[in-house]
Amino acid sequence: MTQAHVEVSGLTIAVRTPSGERTIVDDVSFAIPRGQVLALIGESGSGKTTIALSLLGHTRFGARIAGGTIRVGDTRVDQLDRTGLAALRGRRVSYVAQSAAAAFNPSRPIMAQVIEPLLVHGLATRAEAEARATDLFRALALPAPETIGRRYPHQVSGGQLQRLMAAMALITGPELVILDEPTTALDVTTQVDVLRAFKNALAQAGATAIYVSHDLAVVAQMADHIAVLNGGKLIEDGPAADVLAAPQTDYARTLFAAARPKADAASPAPGDVVLAASNLVAGYGKVKGGVPAIPVVNDVSFTLRRGEALGVIGESGSGKSTLARVVAGLLPAASGQVALSGEVLPAALEKRSREQLRQVQLVFQNADTALNPAQRVGEILARPLRLFHGLDGAAAEARVTELLNLTQLPRELAGRRSTELSGGQKQRVNLARALAAEPEVLICDEVTSALDTVVGAAILKLIDELRQRLGFATVFISHDISTVRAFCDHVLVLYGGTAVEQADRARFAAGPHHPYTRLLLDSVPAMERGWLERQPPREAALREGAEGLCRFLPRCSVAIAGTCDRLPVPLRREGAHDWLCHYETSALAAQSGERVA
Amino acid sequence: MSAALSRFGAFARALPLSGKIGLGLVLFWLIAALFGPFIAPYSVGAFVDQDVFSDASRRFWLGSDYLGRDVLSRLLWGARYTVFLGLGSALLASFMGTALALTAAIRGGWIDEVLSRTMDTLISIPSKILALVLVAAFGSSLTLLLLIPAITYTPGNFRISRALAMNLVGLDFVSVARTRGESARWIATREILPNMIHPWLADLGLRFVFIVLLLSGLSFLGLGVQPPHADLGSLVRENVSGLTYGALAIIAPAIAIATLTVGANLLIDALKPVDDRG
Repeated sequence: MTQAHVEVSGLTIAVRTPSGERTIVDDVSFAIPRGQVLALIGESGSGKTTIALSLLGHTRFGARIAGGTIRVGDTRVDQLDRTGLAALRGRRVSYVAQSAAAAFNPSRPIMAQVIEPLLVHGLATRAEAEARATDLFRALALPAPETIGRRYPHQVSGGQLQRLMAAMALITGPELVILDEPTTALDVTTQVDVLRAFKNALAQAGATAIYVSHDLAVVAQMADHIAVLNGGKLIEDGPAADVLAAPQTDYARTLFAAARPKADAASPAPGDVVLAASNLVAGYGKVKGGVPAIPVVNDVSFTLRRGEALGVIGESGSGKSTLARVVAGLLPAASGQVALSGEVLPAALEKRSREQLRQVQLVFQNADTALNPAQRVGEILARPLRLFHGLDGAAAEARVTELLNLTQLPRELAGRRSTELSGGQKQRVNLARALAAEPEVLICDEVTSALDTVVGAAILKLIDELRQRLGFATVFISHDISTVRAFCDHVLVLYGGTAVEQADRARFAAGPHHPYTRLLLDSVPAMERGWLERQPPREAALREGAEGLCRFLPRCSVAIAGTCDRLPVPLRREGAHDWLCHYETSALAAQSGERVA
Repeated sequence: MSAALSRFGAFARALPLSGKIGLGLVLFWLIAALFGPFIAPYSVGAFVDQDVFSDASRRFWLGSDYLGRDVLSRLLWGARYTVFLGLGSALLASFMGTALALTAAIRGGWIDEVLSRTMDTLISIPSKILALVLVAAFGSSLTLLLLIPAITYTPGNFRISRALAMNLVGLDFVSVARTRGESARWIATREILPNMIHPWLADLGLRFVFIVLLLSGLSFLGLGVQPPHADLGSLVRENVSGLTYGALAIIAPAIAIATLTVGANLLIDALKPVDDRG
């Protein structure tokens, strides 16, 4: 009988709290055959990271392994002492953290950090270690594998850093690699490359792996087995294909449903134009002739009618959040203007009237920093009521309760501080505060990116319902193209601060698309196994983009030599569909047809 | 009144043990500072003992000092200088420093630049020399003794408060307040200040200790509290010759300073936000 390579049985982990011990992982058992990948999925707080860390013999401060066994090969990890653990960690079991940016020491070159596990365990000389690291860099498809190690962490991109972190984990040839949400912080376009690199490197090393994630589509690409966790309990596990095709438990089905946002009924009949942005240019640094030193948003225009939702998508650095800040007045536009119900808004916040401030509300991405930890929820919600509507005392209290109801929060929350709330609750309070102003335009800046799938889906649904009920317009900023497609009447695709494509829902659903939009759409993992293998390699064509030319040119795979790198890119318009490209629709359709075929 | 008392009782009960000890010590010294002169057995400058550096006795509970004065009486008189001058200057320095720091952090730009460079200039002036010049110009007075440490320690507090405030100014909840059209004063006092209060209090405690030392240093130069009065620091200094005899006259004020400063810092450390206490 062959024994599984890694086996965990009856694992129970408890934390000390002032009111006694609380179990956070409850009687979890699983086994992984050698060389296979097990995915641990679940919402935040389901104990998936805690379990993954326990395979390193590590528990977070205040927690302890209260029972059960953990076996890796012939070693009982739960019985190891300090020296035993030191010999195990980084050598036989290694760890890839969620944020490589936080896991690398910014003041040392990358190579020194990648080879450190080998040197610490005395497994190789420096020269051998560096040679092995260079091989790994090549296997992970990193650019310039010979020299990238000399750079410092801030000199490489996020996706590259994540792969370098994987190199650090794989360099000792570990038996077991633990990957803790390694692509959650990356853009979809980068994620594809990183996933492919991980998968190939793991297969080459023949290592067993545990992949922690809340993204089911990613898990579908990576895992051989899936274990679904909820509240510290293992509620379902089995071969990946079976679990994905036919989840057995209700919880797993909820999780799966949340991963595929459903398109809702169309918005109520749109009203007058409420927000119109024309030729917005904004950025940082000194403004010279209407152009800032570092332009971030470049000549963006859009209109939004009452009750409609506009989705803004793009990768990080595309200027989405900057656009939101310009509309809200936090960053004055260098040129161009924003008009609210036909009336031009002053660019700077200080010059806007209270009434103008009230009508445009911004919901920040990160509710942790958007709520003042020193104030109670009641105070946070009451302030805009007093400021914008002059509500006080009992009237304000009643309205606070109403707002809590509206955002589906229990009314007792008014007396709590934001630090005592869960991530989803915080985001609802954040939303309730914006609604307190009774805005005409609600700008939602990546409101779900810090939340896990189920909680995020509930927030999105809430915003959509409230928009239809209360009739405000929303600007919905997201890097997740499937959410935008499901919830928005118009889609604006930003690349490098320029709107490369703009279309209404029907046109956007039908296509064809700008090559960049195509790239975004193609990069969203499908929830089926084998999708990753079918993706064509995305070599970025190394063309230099120049001023006045198409911004997407350096990354475009269908650029026309002699046209795209010579002539300024034309704006094409066809009905409710604008795009910036040398291709006409028919040609674009042919392009995307080719790629699908 | 009774409501305030019961609220104070609830506050005291909620403190951890170290905080209760700190609160007890601080209260003890506050009472000593307020009522000390009324309960002191002798007048502050009276030469009452034939002997010097005598041990504790029924007549002199804490012995006598290098001139044969009663140490207990001098301690009770001296406590008010240390407590009120020290605490007063520390509070004054912290309020001035923080007010300027918040202005600099919220306004930014050239206001920040001017304030920061002014504070840098102030820091570069040696505090003892500044004190010497001021006392020479205006003569020693209690007001001056309150102001000198306050001015000396304002830049330090400014630097720390500005750093704390700068971190907070960039946070989203401050941006939210700005998009709501809040005034700079609201942002400073409601959004920023409550979130920096704990490091701020720790800084206050530290500065209080430094000021006690500065005051006794000034007394040593004859610029501080004028004889026959003396603050706790100068009580230690004037009885330094008693060190070789292990005289109570030097040990008692030293313990007094220690209990006061340790008490103040224990209390401040115990004032952690509720959620941090776990």
